[in-house]
Amino acid sequence: MIAQNCRTIEHNDIGGGYRYLVFESPEMATAMIPGQFVHIRVPALEESALRRPFSVFDAADGLVTVLYKTVGRGTAALNGVKVGDTVNVMGPLGHGFPVKCEGTALLVGGGYGVAPLHLLARRLATPKILFIGGRTKDDLLALDRFKKLGVEIRAATNDGSFGEKGFVTIPLDAAIAELKTKGEKFALFTCGPDGLLKAVADRAIANGVPGHISMDRHMICGVGACYACIQKTVRGNSRCCIEGPVFRSEDLVW
Amino acid sequence: MVDMNVNLGGLKMASPVATASGTFGYGIEYIGAVDYSKLGAITAKGLRVEAWPGNPSPRHAEVPGGLVNAIGLQGTGVAHYLKITLPFFRSKTGKIPVIANIWGGSVEEYAEVARMLDDKVEAIEMNVSCPNVKAGGHTFGQDPKILSEVVSAVRAATKLPLFVKLAPNVPSIVPYVKACEDSGADALSLINTIPAMVIDVETRKPVLANSTGGLSGRAVHPVAVKLVYDAHRATKLPILAMGGIYSAKDAVEFFLAGASAVAVGTATFTNPEAVSNVYDGLAAYCEKHGFQSIRDLTGALES
Ligand SMILES: Cc1cc2nc3c(=O)[nH]c(=O)nc-3n(C[C@H](O)[C@H](O)[C@H](O)COP(=O)(O)OP(=O)(O)OC[C@H]3O[C@@H](n4cnc5c(N)ncnc54)[C@H](O)[C@@H]3O)c2cc1C
Ligand SMILES: Cc1cc2nc3c(=O)[nH]c(=O)nc-3n(C[C@H](O)[C@H](O)[C@H](O)COP(=O)(O)O)c2cc1C
Ligand code: FES
Repeated sequence: MIAQNCRTIEHNDIGGGYRYLVFESPEMATAMIPGQFVHIRVPALEESALRRPFSVFDAADGLVTVLYKTVGRGTAALNGVKVGDTVNVMGPLGHGFPVKCEGTALLVGGGYGVAPLHLLARRLATPKILFIGGRTKDDLLALDRFKKLGVEIRAATNDGSFGEKGFVTIPLDAAIAELKTKGEKFALFTCGPDGLLKAVADRAIANGVPGHISMDRHMICGVGACYACIQKTVRGNSRCCIEGPVFRSEDLVW
Repeated sequence: MVDMNVNLGGLKMASPVATASGTFGYGIEYIGAVDYSKLGAITAKGLRVEAWPGNPSPRHAEVPGGLVNAIGLQGTGVAHYLKITLPFFRSKTGKIPVIANIWGGSVEEYAEVARMLDDKVEAIEMNVSCPNVKAGGHTFGQDPKILSEVVSAVRAATKLPLFVKLAPNVPSIVPYVKACEDSGADALSLINTIPAMVIDVETRKPVLANSTGGLSGRAVHPVAVKLVYDAHRATKLPILAMGGIYSAKDAVEFFLAGASAVAVGTATFTNPEAVSNVYDGLAAYCEKHGFQSIRDLTGALES
């Protein structure tokens, strides 16, 4: 892990309150494992404001990309960062996804939860399918970027405006059933709202396949020093920032 | 070259800047982001005999000028610390002294933790802002008599330099300072967090699962400076000052008020370079104002 001042290369509003922030860090881009995160000091905030953690969406060619949603004062202030501005970033942080998979990798995401799945898709050599869910078509993020990587996409929206109507577990369950009939191996990887994470973890356990679940817990330090970011696991109160954010489905206590 | 060595109640430090307990883990977590060569000591997270799960989540809330936390002293217990964590810290960081912050649910437990740590670390800092379970949950640090009792018990259990970290929320710090002095403490640590609460007005519920917590960071700095000033006037014991240090200027205020060394806490979360900035800035301040040694800055307040 390092902390360094990084130059902003791109900062694009993609609508719906979402933005890509791209900064330069050959060191972090090389070292980054999918599922790991960066801890960003938002330049416009006062000196006592805490850093904000973001999953890494992409890490390649010396550049690191995050995909973030503006939800509060920290992310609103981050909007003001301009191309060329310096941002202080700590990373890579946390325990990420394994970058190997026996059989097909089923990646399940909602909202900005697709972010770590994108870097994972880039690095995974095995066949992979992205299951993406949201309320409407506009909540399905980064589809173009996943397509560029050649990832097959199966979507579901609550209002049926794109893909199947309903929850993303509908296409997911269909795919699991199909793989099982064919006797093929698969593993589950997910990041998103807690309800989705639990649904995916339950399916991994029920099918006896590996489930890798990325949890989002409020953080202070991001490096394991403060014990703010607790997730209950079979080992007790685990720190999401260092023992996670990616946990194995069988280790989580809900 | 300014002489930056200090002796804090028998603990020799090559830099007057330490880290504050609970904000720097067990000293191993920030490797890579903090310049350890500028650290005079690290203060480890609170240790008690057994592992402790801490409070439910959420455990913190960001507030203007700082942070309210109710981590609840989650930790691994002394045995695990001595077997795994401390050797790892030593192997990575060399000779940096360790101040072990200790707590317990009873006077006996404090003494036991101190006994287990004797000769293994360089100093002990007692956190007396936790409840005395045996005496109805009243905090040790809120009654000079109970404070004397627990400090004396730890004094008898260890030969290490013994620091007592006092709670800021008392009408006058003086009786507590005297109690420490009379019970064999070697130094005082000031201040711990200030009791605080944050309410979510939309849900009308406390933000912290524990309802209340402790305030730290920028906002507590002037409160801490006043307490260090009061304590320094009441005792000859050296003082390790902390509370809202973000820059060298904040640290200089503490020295002028009577501190012999300082610790950086909450600032590290946002800026891991804060400790080295404070060190460099202190040296530069001494240089500029003609102090040959950082020790000459202690209590150098003009009236
Ligand atoms: C491991 C991890 C990965 C994340 N990845 C992404 C990502 O890829 N894209 C993205 O848009 N967001 C991500 N988040 C969430 C993001 O950190 C929060 O949305 C952001 O901190 C909110 O800050 P704010 O000041 O705008 O909101 P405020 O509500 O004003 O924040 C106040 C405080 O709460 C904390 N906080 C609020 N919401 C969250 C949250 N959901 N998670 C953690 N801390 C929070 C903030 O850090 C701050 O301390 C991630 C969080 C974690 C823990
Ligand atoms: C997250 C957090 C955890 C803390 N844990 C402890 C602890 O275990 N023992 C202790 O004596 N003080 C603890 N403290 C108090 C700090 O050591 C320090 O006294 C206080 O935060 C004031 O300094 P600061 O404003 O620089 O943070 C903790 C503070 C914070 C913010
Ligand atoms: S955020 Fe500090 S331990 Fe995880």
